[in-house]
Amino acid sequence: MAFQSYKFGSAGVGLMLGFSMTITLFLPSWDFRSAESTWVGLDKSLSNGRVIGWSYEDPLVRGEGKPITVILDKDPKTGEEFDPAIRVYVYKPGTPFAAVINHPDNLGPTVKSLSISKGKIDQVNKAQGAVFTINYADVNGEEWAYVENATVTRGWTPDLILNSTDDSQHKYVGKGKTVYITEGCWWCHTLLPEQTQDWQVFGWPPYVGDMNGEMPTVFGSDRKAPDLLHVASRNSSREWMMLHFFNPRLVQPNSIMPRFDYLWGKVDANGNPIDFAKWRKEYDEYRRGLRPYPPEVPEYAPDTEIRALIDWILTSLK
Amino acid sequence: MLFKYLMAKNEDIPPGTATIYFGFSSIFWFIIGTGLGSFNAAKLAFPDFVTGTELFAFGHMRQVHVLAVILGWISMAFAMTMMYMTPALGNTKLWSEKLGLWTAFLWNVGLSLGLFLLWLGFTSGREYSDLIWPIDLVIMFGVLVPLGINVWMTIAHRRTQGIYITNWFFGACIFMVWVVFLVGQSAELFNLTGLTEGYLTFWFAHNVLGLWITPVAAAIAYYTIPKLTGNPLYSHRIGHLHFWAIIAFYSTPASHHLLSAPLPEWLKSFASVEGVLILIPAIAFVANILLTMKGRWSMFVENVEIKFSVTGVLLAIPLNMQGGFQQTRAINWYVHGTGWIVAHAHLALLGMSSFLEIAAVYFGLQQMLRRKLYSLALANFHYWFVIIGFCIYWISMTIAGLIQGAGKIYEVPYIDVVVAEHPYMIARWIGGTMVFTGNLVWLYNMYMTAVEGTVVPKGRYAHELAYER
Repeated sequence: MAFQSYKFGSAGVGLMLGFSMTITLFLPSWDFRSAESTWVGLDKSLSNGRVIGWSYEDPLVRGEGKPITVILDKDPKTGEEFDPAIRVYVYKPGTPFAAVINHPDNLGPTVKSLSISKGKIDQVNKAQGAVFTINYADVNGEEWAYVENATVTRGWTPDLILNSTDDSQHKYVGKGKTVYITEGCWWCHTLLPEQTQDWQVFGWPPYVGDMNGEMPTVFGSDRKAPDLLHVASRNSSREWMMLHFFNPRLVQPNSIMPRFDYLWGKVDANGNPIDFAKWRKEYDEYRRGLRPYPPEVPEYAPDTEIRALIDWILTSLK
Repeated sequence: MLFKYLMAKNEDIPPGTATIYFGFSSIFWFIIGTGLGSFNAAKLAFPDFVTGTELFAFGHMRQVHVLAVILGWISMAFAMTMMYMTPALGNTKLWSEKLGLWTAFLWNVGLSLGLFLLWLGFTSGREYSDLIWPIDLVIMFGVLVPLGINVWMTIAHRRTQGIYITNWFFGACIFMVWVVFLVGQSAELFNLTGLTEGYLTFWFAHNVLGLWITPVAAAIAYYTIPKLTGNPLYSHRIGHLHFWAIIAFYSTPASHHLLSAPLPEWLKSFASVEGVLILIPAIAFVANILLTMKGRWSMFVENVEIKFSVTGVLLAIPLNMQGGFQQTRAINWYVHGTGWIVAHAHLALLGMSSFLEIAAVYFGLQQMLRRKLYSLALANFHYWFVIIGFCIYWISMTIAGLIQGAGKIYEVPYIDVVVAEHPYMIARWIGGTMVFTGNLVWLYNMYMTAVEGTVVPKGRYAHELAYER
């Protein structure tokens, strides 16, 4: 009556599925665990925070609880100038730390030991916040990037860094990537140049260690638009990005990208309300040849989603 | 009807209630899914169609289309067929009609909530696993677990000696989809990051197709074709070749979706080789079904359920020929990430799988309602709109994909590819809209069947009766 008469068959299903899971899950996990994080991987993980997308710290998926990436040109303690400027990742008190800080195994064995012995990342305190940066060490004649807890090693506190820098140096990278996810940009754009031919146009494919600690990786699979992994190397104009997001047809007449004007919010940089209806009407007139120029695109306010999105693109996608 | 029986005693619920509720729910979700598909396609053809609002932006709608079709239409149609085929094949009653109704109820509530949140932008950012993990848990424990218990207990309480191939598939596939779902979502539940997350995303995406959507659809055909034609299945043994080949080979090729990602090369090569082996179960399945049709090919013209079923089986031929080879490195570099893959995905879900389920939903609803289909003309309208719409979609997207592939290797500026694809985007929208229109007619036809269809006498099958309209 029951499954007893099918012992062999039931065991067979379990055995075969177990075998294929051994090959496709267990064995690759050794490869994944041994992946050593590159500078790109460290930068992504530290600038994205714990996790992008819906989470405890960000229940409305507005990019809350994310660190701020600061482009630092001067050491606020010693006054030493950095040329080129360095990136520091500011976690205000209470901001959850990146996966590579919470679970250093994500860094890969060598980077983990460097980050703990030299970088002191085991001495973090969530209640006080922390400032991280990426430093380099020499291991057997090769240069390795590792995470440095600058709050311990250099005395940089979140307040010190944020107060000694101005808003143009603050990059809302984690929040910007949240916008990329919630607005579904990745349904058309990929973040994975293919290993075969497309690196000539879209840049080099990612290395094994470029994803450590990143969540989610949003490779994308259905490409209806250019790959974006290195888009800021091809085009680094904030102005162009702004026009393109407000209405892609302003800079690329044949684009099928949606308009993202709603990311501007209600007011522009000067606090004046944005009249979207008027803008669209004037744009339609321009399209029909009734105006010589399209209407001006409003400058976005500093706390908007569009600012964060452009920050992410120009900072992270190089 | 539903709310009356949710609190009733199991014995008081008429057999077939869960089937009927699942059946109409699945048609409803099919309409939502294809309607969203049509809407999204319009936006790809005409980017300023409904513009400037966050909620109707393409990026907020696309994933809702995909999950409405997979979790709403296809999976609910599976549950519907399990509710009536499993007991019928065991010569028994469904183990718990009440549990079936509760599953359907929780499924509709959970999926509506999940898709609504997804629409608003509450997402995990993982393809096919977009739903946030609390909703994942609702689907796992409110839907897949009770469905599995119901099916297994029905099989365990069967009054036949053997287990027919369809029930083998049902029982095993539910077990496998539990494993696949939990492992796939573990990245969100346990914050697994990096390459592990990227791989698990596509491990889930592949296996939910390979171990749930296509094998269960095939299992349905193993029931509907012999049942409707009156011929016994050509070979139960070939059916088991299909079953064991799926379990052994098709549970492994997940990484062929990520051939251009920095995964271990041995894993990608292994996946590609295993992926070609899909041809074994595919040929076994198609041959078995087509040989079962022997002597009854006139039904392909006369009987609408057979028409849908056999079309689905025939579409499995190009599906597996494409699927087996396009995932090898030799071909994948050209078509990866292009419209070709979109066409292939629709060939699997809208072509092969949906056609088999449509037939089973037609058949099951008539059986359980004890009513003959209201109108053959409307059913034929449905068939031709779905098949022509699908073909327009498939052909146009395949061409668009080949253009995109050529653009990729010849380093054509991307915007020129967009321009070249424009006519095919319009064709895709027309095709998708035809499918949507056909489904609206279907819902009307099934509703009229429920209220006005000829009553089927006890001991007879609906398809044995003549149409009155």
